Amino acid sequence: MRTLRLVPANTKIEFVNKRLIAFVISAVLVLSSAGMFFGKGLNLGIDFLGGILIEVRTNGPADISDLRTQLGGLGLGEVSLQEFGSADDVLIRIQRQDGSDSAQQKAIDVVKSALGSTVVEYRRTEFVGPTVGAELKRAATWAVLAAIGAILLYIWLRFEWQFGVGAVVALGHDVITTVGLFSLLALEFNLATVAAVLTIAGYSINDTVVIYDRVRENLRRYKKLPLEELFNKSINETLSRTVMTSVTTLLALFALYVFGGAVIRGFAIALIWGVLIGTYSSIALAVPILLYIRPDRGVAGDEDENQIIEQEAT
Amino acid sequence: MLHFPLWKKILISAVCGLGFLYAMPNLFNEGAFEGLPQWFPGKQINLGLDLQGGSHLLLEVEVDAVIREQLESIVDTIRATLRSARVRYGGLGIEGNGVVFQLRDATQSEAIQTQIVNLNTGATVTLSEAGGFRLELTEELMRERRNSAVAQSIEIVRRRIDETGTREPTIQRQGTDRILVQLPGVKDPERVKRLLGKTAKLTFHLVNAAQPYGDNTTQVPPGIMLLPSDDPSHVGDTRRYMVRKRVELSGDTLIDAQATFQQSQPVVSFRFNSLGARKFGDITRKNVGRLLAIVLDGKVISAPNIREPIAGGSGVITGQFTVQAVQDLALLLRAGALPAPLNILEERTVGPGLGQDSIDAGQIASVIGIVLVTIFMVVVYGRFGIMADVALFLNLVLILAVLSLLQATLTLPGIAGIVLTIGMAVDANVLIFERIRDEVNSGRTPISAVDAGYRRALTTIIDSNLTTLIAAVLLFAFGSGPIKGFAVTLAIGIVTSMFTAVMVTRMILVAWLRFTRPQSLPI
Repeated sequence: MRTLRLVPANTKIEFVNKRLIAFVISAVLVLSSAGMFFGKGLNLGIDFLGGILIEVRTNGPADISDLRTQLGGLGLGEVSLQEFGSADDVLIRIQRQDGSDSAQQKAIDVVKSALGSTVVEYRRTEFVGPTVGAELKRAATWAVLAAIGAILLYIWLRFEWQFGVGAVVALGHDVITTVGLFSLLALEFNLATVAAVLTIAGYSINDTVVIYDRVRENLRRYKKLPLEELFNKSINETLSRTVMTSVTTLLALFALYVFGGAVIRGFAIALIWGVLIGTYSSIALAVPILLYIRPDRGVAGDEDENQIIEQEAT
Repeated sequence: MLHFPLWKKILISAVCGLGFLYAMPNLFNEGAFEGLPQWFPGKQINLGLDLQGGSHLLLEVEVDAVIREQLESIVDTIRATLRSARVRYGGLGIEGNGVVFQLRDATQSEAIQTQIVNLNTGATVTLSEAGGFRLELTEELMRERRNSAVAQSIEIVRRRIDETGTREPTIQRQGTDRILVQLPGVKDPERVKRLLGKTAKLTFHLVNAAQPYGDNTTQVPPGIMLLPSDDPSHVGDTRRYMVRKRVELSGDTLIDAQATFQQSQPVVSFRFNSLGARKFGDITRKNVGRLLAIVLDGKVISAPNIREPIAGGSGVITGQFTVQAVQDLALLLRAGALPAPLNILEERTVGPGLGQDSIDAGQIASVIGIVLVTIFMVVVYGRFGIMADVALFLNLVLILAVLSLLQATLTLPGIAGIVLTIGMAVDANVLIFERIRDEVNSGRTPISAVDAGYRRALTTIIDSNLTTLIAAVLLFAFGSGPIKGFAVTLAIGIVTSMFTAVMVTRMILVAWLRFTRPQSLPI
């Protein structure tokens, strides 16, 4: 059986030599993401802001503008409507109501009675009060920080600290640009997005660790090889795996994006972006950064390549 | 190298066999396994509310209302005590978590202090030089009060929900003053919320005889309060009942309430316990011809004329009610009053239609994801790819089995977690196969290449999977609801994929090598 090779054997692409291009691209991405975040902000979902979300199925294709005037006149503040998945599904978002938590429940009643018979099915009703919204925000922030912290601790224990620094930079880059993407596309940022961001963090580190593993191995094996060449060699040796895993993960995520339904779509977009950016950053950032902080190569001439292979063969 | 210990083979086969056994029930209709013994793996995966439809409600008990009530009752007892002792005082009222008042004549302080301490209000009494009193509720007492208010609320919430006939509700305490209610498959979530939103404090009061009605401009005589009517036909009516503040009888003396019909009108019939029945008999005997207001949560639901003494200890509440309203009222009276009002802090309700759509979409996405990845692996790695695909399939079976076994909840993000795992599960095999390719290229024999490939890839596999596992564990720890579901499937997927990708493929590969003894590897 003939097999396909996505990446030819023994590639010798000089990734590390082109690092400045990557640094510029990444700097632009990170800065514009920060700009988007502070300038435009995130389209925070009700999980964090508090408020009401109702998904309804109308009798026949929904007339969004008609519904908008109908609900806009109820005095509930900002009401946004959006077709969701199909022509007769509408997602209604209502801003947090002033006053206590019970004011929110009243608003739901008002909307439901105003919609009356145009709605055949209430598919989803979500409401988050201001108290819980603030708590969820805090918990989500802690989750992200703790996850990143724990991952870094692990890297630091398993590798030398220099690798930890490289991994932080790559990880921070991936998380910041993901947030930037959500700001740019005005995708709803909710609890599921936080989960996606953490998964991206996990994936990105996963990818970085595989390449770092090879770097560490080669550092022990080729004591005299210039770092630049050694890094290129390590990236090229793992390139086939990097591409393969990205492709299989993307295939699965693509299926999720297309067939997984409207509720999960934003989540799938975040993950697809995460796989792409995570793959890029492991190659273009995580490894070249090591050039500047030079990991320890151990005592030179301690053991040579043949010895290692001999050991492993026994 | 070709030696694969027997115990490992048995272990792997046993795990896979059990996996099939535990995953199997999910292929059948719900309830198909009900008659079987406990130990038999008949459990199906527990679907989250976002998949099976239902309501998630986070309630907060307004515990401070209980404290306030306690303070008010202290004010009442002090007023009565001071009046019967015939001392002059001023400024009696609630201040912070305490009650204060000032004696006009400070020389009486000590005598009054002894009396008040003897009341056993549960508050500490402090006294100033000038005869200023301050009663403070102790922290311990307040904590106890709040605690019991929450515990009691949970009980009442449970009774109310059970009465609606909701199947398998979950009612749990969360934190100090919160209650988490999960209602799978609830048909009318609005009704449940309406029922939980009512304190259902029922009291009977006599209506002012001289002037039974008034409005907001009416001068209210002492001991009388103005209460609105809850009668739906009175909406927009500014008329208020003038009701005596004194509670003649309260709802805790009720032992039963039922929705029935009287003259083809829906009404609620109720029955008192013996104490309540005696009191009710007294009141009705002494007040024939007057109006008796039945007050629920500060609104007059009915104010019938007392035509004759009622001695049997039962009565009916009539009014312009719908059948549903009467049923709800009877339910609330049966279940009892909440010690404090409940606030809904968070609600997530998914209708059964969306739930089913999500399950369908999740299934389609999973199947297509698997098919794509499976084909791709065969295209790239040939018969090695087939081995990885077998592992992938087993992995999926094991995920389903573990989910069923642990009775973990599968949510929509959980399905996303499974799909993601499908993509990432082959990573371990990719790492191994790429290593084997490397080893083959550097001139090793097939057997030693396979051996070295597995050995060298293993540390990388462990490193990379552990980092993802860390992220999953933290997601589980900090996440809520659906996110937890995602973390669970992700974590299970990582563990099972390490097992299938490393152990299972290795066993297959070794068997294949022994059987064919190839001169070169087709990888």
